[in-house]
Amino acid sequence: MTTATAQTTQVYQVFIKASPEEIWEAITTPAFTHKYFFGSHITVTAEAFTGLDAEGNDLVVGGVSEYEPPHRLVHEWRSLYDPETAAEAASRVSWEIEDKDGFSLVTVTHDRLEDSPKTAENVAGGWSFVLSGLKTLLETGEPLAG
Amino acid sequence: MDDDRVFKALADPTRRHLLDRLFERDGRTLTELESELEMSRFGVMKHLRVLEDAGLVVPRRQGREKLHFLNPVPIRLIHDRWIDKYTEHRVAALADLKHELEDQTA
Repeated sequence: MTTATAQTTQVYQVFIKASPEEIWEAITTPAFTHKYFFGSHITVTAEAFTGLDAEGNDLVVGGVSEYEPPHRLVHEWRSLYDPETAAEAASRVSWEIEDKDGFSLVTVTHDRLEDSPKTAENVAGGWSFVLSGLKTLLETGEPLAG
Repeated sequence: MDDDRVFKALADPTRRHLLDRLFERDGRTLTELESELEMSRFGVMKHLRVLEDAGLVVPRRQGREKLHFLNPVPIRLIHDRWIDKYTEHRVAALADLKHELEDQTA
């Protein structure tokens, strides 16, 4: 088994059969996000990205620096769900949603992780799960099983 | 990013080796990747192209350089579609047995 130090720039990409508008709604609306984003209720405004658990506790928070529905969203990322990651510096997440002939190409870049090794390690497997779940939800209307 | 392209891309040892190199350190140039393989620059480019077509490698321009990033999502999709759904319990039992037997001989 090969192991690696978690990367300081991580890129995740997936094609989804949905319009950019549908994808934007699914990533910025808590009624959608709790079905594929580890149960978190995420709200995104032009100012802030806020992910809460079912009890209303902060899971992930950060300021929004670019807000261009339905194609581009850039926000800070602070993982508050774990004391070790909560103590680390904010990193950055950029969402790009491109229209590709009836499909949308969704690219998530998580970078500025140089001072946040625990967060880098923690999100490395998570983003694939989130994007796979987002695709399944939008294409079938159902959350991923199990 | 259809399954056929991903399976085809993964069916070659050099391409799997390239993915492992990127897993160890992501965001590399063609020159860096080429230096670790006994293969012509053209050969490495061809393999990278197959990986890009399958969505397993995402190229990014940074200044004058083209960096290659590993995109694990297609592998996750295959996992969710072909492994998780109906084989995981059976596979897990065999994997446990394999680990147990191999640990004893290690």
